[in-house]
Amino acid sequence: MGMTISQKILAAHAGREYVEAGELINCKLDLVLGNDVTAPVAISEFDKLGLKEVFDKERVALVPDHFTPNKDIKSAEQAKIVREFARDYGIKNYFEIGRMGIEHCLLPEQGLVGPGDLVIGADSHTCTYGALGAFATGVGSTDMAAGMATGEAWFKVPESLKFVYYGQTPPFVGGKDFILHAIGDIGVDGARYMSMEFTGEAISNLSIDNRFSMANMAIEAGGKNGIIAPDDITLAYVKGRAQRPYTVYQSDNDAVYANVFEYDVAKMEPLVAFPHLPENTRPVSEAVHVMLDQVVIGSCTNGRIEDLETAAQILKGHKVHPELRVIIFPGTQNIYLEALRKGYIETFVEAGAVISTPTCGPCLGGHMGILAKGEKALATTNRNFVGRMGHPESEVYLCNPAVAAASAIKGRITAPWEIK
Amino acid sequence: MKFSGQVYKFGNDIDTDAIIPARYLNTFEPAELAKHCMEDADPDFPVKVKPGDIIVAEKNFGCGSSREHAPIAIKAAGVSCVIAKSFARIFYRNAVNIGLPILESPEAVDAISEGDTLEVEPKTGRITNLRTGENYQAAPFPEFMQEIMDRGGLIEYVRAKVST
Repeated sequence: MGMTISQKILAAHAGREYVEAGELINCKLDLVLGNDVTAPVAISEFDKLGLKEVFDKERVALVPDHFTPNKDIKSAEQAKIVREFARDYGIKNYFEIGRMGIEHCLLPEQGLVGPGDLVIGADSHTCTYGALGAFATGVGSTDMAAGMATGEAWFKVPESLKFVYYGQTPPFVGGKDFILHAIGDIGVDGARYMSMEFTGEAISNLSIDNRFSMANMAIEAGGKNGIIAPDDITLAYVKGRAQRPYTVYQSDNDAVYANVFEYDVAKMEPLVAFPHLPENTRPVSEAVHVMLDQVVIGSCTNGRIEDLETAAQILKGHKVHPELRVIIFPGTQNIYLEALRKGYIETFVEAGAVISTPTCGPCLGGHMGILAKGEKALATTNRNFVGRMGHPESEVYLCNPAVAAASAIKGRITAPWEIK
Repeated sequence: MKFSGQVYKFGNDIDTDAIIPARYLNTFEPAELAKHCMEDADPDFPVKVKPGDIIVAEKNFGCGSSREHAPIAIKAAGVSCVIAKSFARIFYRNAVNIGLPILESPEAVDAISEGDTLEVEPKTGRITNLRTGENYQAAPFPEFMQEIMDRGGLIEYVRAKVST
């Protein structure tokens, strides 16, 4: 019987020819990731084992990105735990502020993840790397600690759901809309414990930055991982970056899927997810009555150069609505620099937006843009749960960068084609 | 081992931001986290919960972030176990790894009301509602996961592995 790409990667890392959905297996890991919120807990657990070394100094990545630059004394203490652990254990891939980025933008950019890799990260959006044809999944801190100690983790081989996107993609529609469409269709637990495999003509034509946005939000449907089989676009991105050899896997023609969903992208328009779940999606044209207090463009979902380019093209020559605050945070220092050189940063500042250093900051209500009671934000981020960006009685709406930029000009949720 | 406690009932898709909001993640001190446990789902919960009490929730409990602070906060608040129709994947894994008993039983969740007193035996999955006298049976854990829990969590399990 054939295997899906996810089964193949798990089998290869378990030293097996074949693995079946539902099997519990032990796998070797290519990379173990943690950040300034999850790594301190993992380090405290790791210390209990009394080991002198991690399994491989080059295969642990520590990225202090959530509450950095340190937002308060307690966060500073947490960042210090991570920094000192990295120093004491000789962790090669520790990224200090000024040289870092949001972990899921940074690791692919640095070539630390490649096709065919098996990666666990103590952050739920670790599934982002599936855009490169890797099997990547979020875990908790104790799994991270065990991973750092042994270089292994246990997995239940997931069943797979196949999502086929066909047709020509309309203007202002992108990967963010593709994934929101799927989440709106199957719900926030529609892929619980499962692998989400994205394929079809519209995916083949999709840029790598848009693919990252899609795989990033697999967890928002409860998915264990999201994955896109590598093609020329993937290999062009990986070339010159990959720090380790990589392997390209494809699903077999006779691979088994628990379900197959087919979507005609030509019929799609940009989507907005209403509070308080990512599954509450509506076409942007049905959301234009929502008045806003804040627009956030960035995050591990939409903080890459193409996202900033889209926003800059719409904002150029316009001003941010006088009753609105706009916060733009590039995903990494390199993305920031590229946006600066291409003039996007100038466009944003001239429009009246603020530019933040790369940080998870406002996305999880950490810092750099917290909402007051009753305020509404439109964000290119990934979650709109109660209290996600601040006060429990604030609201978050999710969208793509084009909708966010257009809305920044009008002060309400706006379809991009309204901006001339 | 058996637990008994009073039920606090919650709805569908209780996410980890509701269990422990990110504004409190600048520490991982269990007692600190417990003070804000379930705060954005029920602001009074941290004050009224008593040792041994039981959280009963509808589907997809613990969805969202991978923060292990969520099961840590629940455990430190004194909650003896969580019963839900289903659990989000990472929360399920984290609860097993830190030794917080969790049970899946849609039938029990439908039959149990807020304020009921339950007796729960996590190892067998047997749940008794002391108000109605009804019994429910949750699915048992796979043997491998039961072994992790019997050892008191993943770190003890790994310790046994690395020392052999």
